[in-house]
Amino acid sequence: MPELTKSADEATKAAAGAAAGATLPEPKPEKTRSLWGDAWQDLRTNWVFVVSAVLILLLLVMAAWPGLFTGADPNDKDLANHYLQHPHYGNVFSADWLGYDAQGRSVYARAIYGTRASLLVGAGTTVVVVLFGGLVGMLAGYFGGWIDAVLSRVTDMFMGIPFLLGAMVALNSFTERSIPVVIGALAFLGWTQTARVMRGSVITVKSTDYVQAAKALGAGTRRILFRHVLPNAVAPVIVVATISLGIYIGAEATLSFLGLGLNGVSWGNDISDGGNSIRVAQFIMLYPSIMLSITVLAFIMLGEAVRNALDPKTR
Amino acid sequence: MGRYVARRLLQMIPVFIGTTLLIFLMVYALPGDPVRGLFGDKGASPAVLRSLRHEYGLDKPVLVQYWDYMRGMILHFDFGTQVASGRPVTDILGDAFPVTLRLAGMAFVFEAVLGIVLGIISGMRAGKAVDTVILVVTLLLISIPIFVLGYIFQTVFAFKLNLLDPSVSDATDYSQLLMPAIVLASVSLAYVARLTRTSVAENLRADYMRTAIAKGLPRRRVVGVHLMRNSLIPVVTFLGTDLGALMGGAIVTEGIFNIHGVGGTIYQAIIRREGTTLVGLVTILVLVYLFCSLIVDLLYAVLDPRIRYA
Repeated sequence: MPELTKSADEATKAAAGAAAGATLPEPKPEKTRSLWGDAWQDLRTNWVFVVSAVLILLLLVMAAWPGLFTGADPNDKDLANHYLQHPHYGNVFSADWLGYDAQGRSVYARAIYGTRASLLVGAGTTVVVVLFGGLVGMLAGYFGGWIDAVLSRVTDMFMGIPFLLGAMVALNSFTERSIPVVIGALAFLGWTQTARVMRGSVITVKSTDYVQAAKALGAGTRRILFRHVLPNAVAPVIVVATISLGIYIGAEATLSFLGLGLNGVSWGNDISDGGNSIRVAQFIMLYPSIMLSITVLAFIMLGEAVRNALDPKTR
Repeated sequence: MGRYVARRLLQMIPVFIGTTLLIFLMVYALPGDPVRGLFGDKGASPAVLRSLRHEYGLDKPVLVQYWDYMRGMILHFDFGTQVASGRPVTDILGDAFPVTLRLAGMAFVFEAVLGIVLGIISGMRAGKAVDTVILVVTLLLISIPIFVLGYIFQTVFAFKLNLLDPSVSDATDYSQLLMPAIVLASVSLAYVARLTRTSVAENLRADYMRTAIAKGLPRRRVVGVHLMRNSLIPVVTFLGTDLGALMGGAIVTEGIFNIHGVGGTIYQAIIRREGTTLVGLVTILVLVYLFCSLIVDLLYAVLDPRIRYA
């Protein structure tokens, strides 16, 4: 049965592709809509997708308007609120709900306010990586030959350096580590995976009938690349990008943990600080860790759900 | 086969040069100075700084420095001198590498054995309760950052239950490295399990599996040979590139559990902006990575007889 649906899928794909190629003046290729439409039908009823999407929406609201969730200021310090005074779990949503850290700052407020930095770093890095890595991968995959040889070797070079280590070297030279700086450091070595995925995907798409048809009809290289190749090759990149977004958020926290991350309120910094008082007050570290893990989890789940929806083999 | 290996080795040369040059440029192009760092806030006279820079060859142009460094490394096995201690980098590498190798090796065994076993169990029972549990647990392992996991293990097993030592002594016995190795392996283990699961679940439906069962082969042989050999190819790819990543990624684990290995040395080198130490360490990591990926490609031919390297 799976075999049957797969071949039927491919037949419609090829037919739709050929049609899109033949009716060049209409810019909307039929095929992309049906693939994504299919995926959407699949996703709407998938609880993994629904749960992760709701979580991500909630996190986005939290990042945009943290004031909605807490009235406390994350930077208010009062040593009277020392961490030895344990959380008041009865006072839901108030400043002392999850206790205070070693400097007397509200753990709850900081867990809420940390969302923005993490999401900005994750999303920013993903955008840079997808744009740059996607471009490199597309050029290497489409043109082949010496362009591919050069670009692939350059990709190999950047891939040879351990990701975390490269980011640490880059970040160590900045004393003022703002969000764009951290994004740059993560993207500097992060683009290689996207480039590889895009390259492989473009190579597959390049040999399809609709690309050949577009070529035969005399479409320019730019038109073929952006109208025919890109829309059909981008799906695996989107999947990898969604999952990597979660991974980058984790990486940012790891860098903060090593003392080389963002300045300001961030989960990584709070977990790192909390680690110092782990013997006496585990809760300081616990709540930012939970927020961080849930965020990473949400993006990985979303990516996997989209991957399964786009993959005809799992139908 | 011999020609293929030779070609691959030749292809490694530009990648090796490029990667080492990249890390060299990163360290040197960025602001900061290891010689000034020697003196802390007190500072030193410009003449002293200049003579020290000259001694370490830091006053030459970057490319000349790179050339000298690589020449010394290849011809005399000289990885330079650590500015902070004055010890040769090879000494420091000799101290740090065995420790990290042991840690990464243990983590690798956990990852490979446990990951593949869990993946097979999960893949053979796709859709059942066991499968769901394994999928959820591995997803959680991937989502929880390694330093959080490290602290959780330390708190639960060392501080609360008093089962294990919270940190590792200089002896670095295998029993002490057990907990750090599990923590280090956790994320990769989850990836291996999920990769194996997908591969196994997909191959179970393949024609050759049906043929093997129809021939009346014992189940052990069907699973052990027919299914495994075909399912392990993507897993081997991942495992191969992961050994190098485990060694490089040990920075966090080594920090939490106080292990004096490559990770700690790298961290110190980065903080002190010690180009030579850092480049030496990264060079070794790059070599490990390159050779692992070569071995992976050669293993393909073993697992899949259709792949032949002329």
